[in-house]
Amino acid sequence: MTYQLETAAHPERLRRVAIDPVSRVEGHGKVTILLDEQGRVHQVRLHIVEFRGFEKFIQGRPYWEVPVMVQRLCGICPVSHHLAASKALDIIVGARKLTRAAEKLRRLMHYGQILQSHALHFFHLCSPDLLLGFDSDVAKRNIVGVAAAHPEIARRGVLLRKFGQEVIRVTAGKRVHGTGAVPGGMNKSLTVAERDELLKEIYHVVAWSRDAVRLIQKVHTQNPGLYNSFGIFRSNFMSIVGHNGDLDFYHGTLRARDDNGKIIFDDVDYQQYDRYIEEEVRPWSYMKFPFFKSIGKEHGWYKVGPLARVQNCNQISTAFAEHERREFVDYAGGSPMHAPLAYHWTRMIEMLHAAEVIKELLHDDDLLGDDLMVTGERQMEGVGVIEAPRGTLFHHYQVDENDLITMANLIVSTTNNNQAMNEAVRHVARRYLHGREITEGLLNHIEVAIRAFDPCLSCATHALGKMPLAVELVDPEGQVIHALSRS
Amino acid sequence: MTAPVVIFAVGNPSRGDDAIGPVLCGRLAKWLENQELTERVDLIEDFQLNIEHSLDLQGRELALFIDAGENTPAPFVFGQIYPSTATAHSTHALPPEAVLQVYRQMEEKEPPPSFVLCVRGEGFELGAELTPAARRGIEAAMTLLERLVTKPTLADWRA
Repeated sequence: MTYQLETAAHPERLRRVAIDPVSRVEGHGKVTILLDEQGRVHQVRLHIVEFRGFEKFIQGRPYWEVPVMVQRLCGICPVSHHLAASKALDIIVGARKLTRAAEKLRRLMHYGQILQSHALHFFHLCSPDLLLGFDSDVAKRNIVGVAAAHPEIARRGVLLRKFGQEVIRVTAGKRVHGTGAVPGGMNKSLTVAERDELLKEIYHVVAWSRDAVRLIQKVHTQNPGLYNSFGIFRSNFMSIVGHNGDLDFYHGTLRARDDNGKIIFDDVDYQQYDRYIEEEVRPWSYMKFPFFKSIGKEHGWYKVGPLARVQNCNQISTAFAEHERREFVDYAGGSPMHAPLAYHWTRMIEMLHAAEVIKELLHDDDLLGDDLMVTGERQMEGVGVIEAPRGTLFHHYQVDENDLITMANLIVSTTNNNQAMNEAVRHVARRYLHGREITEGLLNHIEVAIRAFDPCLSCATHALGKMPLAVELVDPEGQVIHALSRS
Repeated sequence: MTAPVVIFAVGNPSRGDDAIGPVLCGRLAKWLENQELTERVDLIEDFQLNIEHSLDLQGRELALFIDAGENTPAPFVFGQIYPSTATAHSTHALPPEAVLQVYRQMEEKEPPPSFVLCVRGEGFELGAELTPAARRGIEAAMTLLERLVTKPTLADWRA
């Protein structure tokens, strides 16, 4: 199977544009665009260096180490891996239902993670594009540029992220490498002092989150020609949904819809995920391409993340976020919105929901309880699924009788969005680059499309000197004819 | 109580020489405890620097950023840094200079005098151990860190 613009007929005759790595995304990625001598686009591929190595890395380790070790997959969303692994290992230790205190503490940790990650993404990864423009001066198109032009927005972004980090710190025990969740429950509850400290800030957090939704709604609706069409493609979408079909980031069953919103499958126990989802390997990419088995490779791929979740759920349980969801659904006109830039709008609705849930939880005395652990009949295999900030995250482990991990399979959010991101990039390349002289501003259009999905391209190292941005134009003979670099 | 000095140590302990920052952080924490100097320094370890670290600069007299470096001089580079936007193309892992710039624009005042200690790394593969060169760099950097913390003044750090 090949997709339009995925593979050129005669790549050896074409000029190559490489963007490596993509700036302002979580890790390393590379886009290659093959052009002919008239600048026409023939092939576009987003290459992602995925951390498949981690699955080998943890084989042979005791299972109880895994919730801590997996946090080293990613410096931006370690809590998602921590909790997805813990949920899988809950099954291994026979803890199918946690205590109320443990589940609420995990929820608090996770919603803090969603809040801080969405705040970082919107205020500091994407606001440069949204507030300063896709073609704005590259030297200013960053958080520092936003801080100069919109100091209050930048300040709120910092404080929202800081608050989310504090929620994580008090629930996980530490700001990084936390150990709060363990197979079967939690190893600490909240103290009254910790809760009261968070309560002081939460009302600001909810108010700022409401403002953020209004801001992105305004940005989106004022320029529908751009925001409703930039990088657009139609696809299936998937997420977990909670009780009664509520938006739920921590727990639920799998639900998938087609591009018209019709249910493909629903109420699926994620322990059975591999009956519904398969991963395809393609020779040009390290990252696999998941698809729904019932539909097949060609049409069974899907998108995940905020745009999928907000349109997949029946409703949102908190009042402000539900109001905003309805506004979004009304704007979409009764059928699913597929525009990638709508991810930003839905991401802010989710941030508001996370803030509201944190507020509710902070008023719940269960968080102070000390009944934190359950055990049950030991199992040899478990699957944990969570809605990470970027989308559905699967952790699947098998453990031997010596408690050592014998198999690990992770499908991370960005893998779930692999085909979707490639489609968005191809659309943008066709629309904006085709037949034109390539400029930095035009290349940033490619990056804008990728950033909408908030991909995590394997948090590699971040040593000083290891994060250059290089763009190379290569002629049909393979000679570099022009190069740009930001470092 | 805010300590007068804040030291940020950055890196992923599971990726070879990217662990230089966390290893130095752990070594320094023990040394500070043995020397009964813990009130002098706040140590902050993280995978990478980001916007919220600008808040950790509030009320400090001196700041130090420790990180591994690739293709940087061995065993380490130590020097003062200043707020800058020039290297801020990536905001998911800000360079130290951009953290200072965020502080300047958030607080509308200059950040505390700040320095970088960049210890050269050779390998950054997942699951790899520290390379021998990195271990030597850590030893050399530790000697410097002990001197810096013993004399936490701008004049001494610049000397």
